[in-house]
Amino acid sequence: MTQPVLSVQELTVEFVTRRGTLRALDKVSFDVARGEVLGVVGESGAGKSVTGSAIIGLIDPPGRIAGGKVVLSGERVDNLPPEEMRRLRGKRIGMIFQDPLTSLNPLYRVGEQLVETIQTHTDLNAADARKRAIALLDEVGIPAPDRRIDGYPHEFSGGMRQRVVIALALCAEPEFIIADEPTTALDVSVQAQIITLIKRLCKERGTSVMLVTHDMGVIAETADRVAVMYAGRVAEVGPVRDVIKEPLHPYTQGLMGAIPSITGEAERLVQIPGSMPRLSSIPKGCAFNPRCSKVFARCHVERPELIDVGGHQVACHLYDQASAGKTEIAA
Amino acid sequence: MSEQAFVQVRDLKRVFDVSKPWLNRVLERQDKQFLKAVDGVSFDIRKGETFALVGESGSGKSTVARMVVGLLHPSGGTVSIDGVSMSDAKAAQERQRLRKRIQMIFQDPYASLNPRWRVGRIIAEPIHAFGIIQGDAAITERVGELLSLVGLHPDDGKKFPHEFSGGQRQRIAIARALASNAEFIVCDEPTSALDVSVQAQILNLMRDLQQKFGLTYLFISHNLAVVRHMATRIGVMYLGRLVEVSDGKQLFAAPRHPYTRMLLDAVPDLAMVGKPREGVKGEIPNPINPPSGCTFHPRCPLVFDRCRVENPPVIDGVACHAVNAGRVAA
Ligand SMILES: Nc1ncnc2c1ncn2[C@@H]1O[C@H](COP(=O)(O)OP(=O)(O)OP(=O)(O)O)[C@@H](O)[C@H]1O
Ligand SMILES: Nc1ncnc2c1ncn2[C@@H]1O[C@H](COP(=O)(O)OP(=O)(O)O)[C@@H](O)[C@H]1O
Ligand code: SF4
Ligand code: SF4
Ligand SMILES: [Mg+2]
Ligand SMILES: [Mg+2]
Repeated sequence: MTQPVLSVQELTVEFVTRRGTLRALDKVSFDVARGEVLGVVGESGAGKSVTGSAIIGLIDPPGRIAGGKVVLSGERVDNLPPEEMRRLRGKRIGMIFQDPLTSLNPLYRVGEQLVETIQTHTDLNAADARKRAIALLDEVGIPAPDRRIDGYPHEFSGGMRQRVVIALALCAEPEFIIADEPTTALDVSVQAQIITLIKRLCKERGTSVMLVTHDMGVIAETADRVAVMYAGRVAEVGPVRDVIKEPLHPYTQGLMGAIPSITGEAERLVQIPGSMPRLSSIPKGCAFNPRCSKVFARCHVERPELIDVGGHQVACHLYDQASAGKTEIAA
Repeated sequence: MSEQAFVQVRDLKRVFDVSKPWLNRVLERQDKQFLKAVDGVSFDIRKGETFALVGESGSGKSTVARMVVGLLHPSGGTVSIDGVSMSDAKAAQERQRLRKRIQMIFQDPYASLNPRWRVGRIIAEPIHAFGIIQGDAAITERVGELLSLVGLHPDDGKKFPHEFSGGQRQRIAIARALASNAEFIVCDEPTSALDVSVQAQILNLMRDLQQKFGLTYLFISHNLAVVRHMATRIGVMYLGRLVEVSDGKQLFAAPRHPYTRMLLDAVPDLAMVGKPREGVKGEIPNPINPPSGCTFHPRCPLVFDRCRVENPPVIDGVACHAVNAGRVAA
């Protein structure tokens, strides 16, 4: 197998609080191949954003990476000194967040911000950097880019601003982009345009993307593979079609039935009882066990690891044929 | 509609003054600015059905909802519920009696629950206010019953709202809405702040309660899939106007208005794995300066001369010159 662009291995992130140490990520592992869009889905608090922040070294104290590693094109990056990490961000890893205003400075013209970023990461002179900025704005679908480049962020609509942020993320031709809920704040019709744009750009440039969202529909349409997160862990990873059409993990199965569809015929939505646990009270063994309809003795004592099941990885004891029988007896 | 509908909304309008302060206007030589948040909306809701309003942000859904329940005065048009006008001064007394039959549920259940009150007191409040039951013991029993009805425990009445999750808080808001024996519940994005697994619990609960008590819902959401799941009939809004009204499943099977078609093409859906999507054009224009004629015309693939000058009337559930002139098969 060729080397993945990004490999996250047993990544663990903890927040030290007055009430003890909270583990927001617990041994999260996944790979992203070149040109691939990996969707990361999960309900609020699943750990999606923390995963993104950890990859780019932006976990603020009292949070810290407590274990595991992040490998970018073969090179370990989670232990880089802060100065080198800062250089890596923007240059090799681009970022797109939910609120475009967090990435844009309201006081500067859009062009100034693009030119500055381009000049930080390349050795283009000011005139060439400006030309490149105009070309990028054109590429992300800003009409009349040679005029709009001198506008301020507030003069752009929400969708247009998000396009500018995408242009900003592309400035240094990064090999990897983290997009955290890039369309959540946008209306459906604009969301569709942004998704199409991200997909097209990645295909043309061979950029890999980690697309974080709570919207399974967005994933269905955009991602090649998908990782489903629950309570700081990866519950299931696999090709998007398999995970959506034939989910293996009881949580993913429930989730698929819980989502109303514009084509489905379900009279009643599947109901998963309860809600995601707080970090301070994550159940022992399988974190999903209080909500799982298929729970058995082993689930309360032993955490299920990701195992391969037909080209698809799942963390659930139901699929661990070798030891399933034994535990029933032991329990 | 021959028989009088339970809720009748006729030519409802609401204009907001969004002018800068007087001095700025004088210095900058600007006129007053007005925003037509709702611009001539009419629909009926039949007893026992779920009528949904769907549309993108700023289309005027919440403004309609607030006028329907009487939280906001219309600039024009009328709302009547069970034959009682919500604005006619002469109907003040009847309206007072009507009030307890109408309740509203909001997107953020936390903001609508008094954080300093115990849940039991929150739910009992409408029972006291409308004098529905007398006697502390009887009221406590009724509160416990309501909590069980929405899937909570009677003892939960002793806790404070912050001790509950978002989904549980929405259950509390529903229990409170039911406390006055409401028949008509206006729900503004009731599950938009919730996770999908919790949203499913709340949507199922709302449907169960509707069947049990014959409730009528005005259900507002920007999520088309949720609306399709819940609604008997659906109204699609764009820039303050209702552009299409249709039976629930029919709207999705055979959308007629060009905006509805575009919206349906844009929705990411589980069934979309690997399928290419139709191109979606443009963004919603600034509502302070909406386009002339049909406000959708700058984005419409079917636009023709008339659309730029004349606001299309709603005919047979669709407000579109092309559809109404038979220019498109619809
Ligand atoms: N600074 C912090 N201190 C303590 N806990 C934190 C901090 N930041 C995040 N967490 C916790 O880490 C967990 C994962 O957070 P994260 O923001 O990644 O969730 P998410 O999946 O992105 O959710 P959402 O969809 O709500 O953004 C949550 O339980 C959150 O409360
Ligand atoms: N109090 C207000 N003052 C000024 N403008 C308002 C006010 N309330 C709503 N609007 C405007 O009215 C339009 C419709 O608003 P709203 O009904 O809240 O939309 P929706 O709920 O569909 O998102 C929007 O353009 C909004 O900005
Ligand atoms: S490990 Fe057990 S509790 Fe967890 S999902 Fe599988 S069956 Fe359910
Ligand atoms: S009236 Fe004209 S512009 Fe408006 S939706 Fe119909 S065809 Fe399009
Ligand atoms: Mg997040
Ligand atoms: Mg609203």
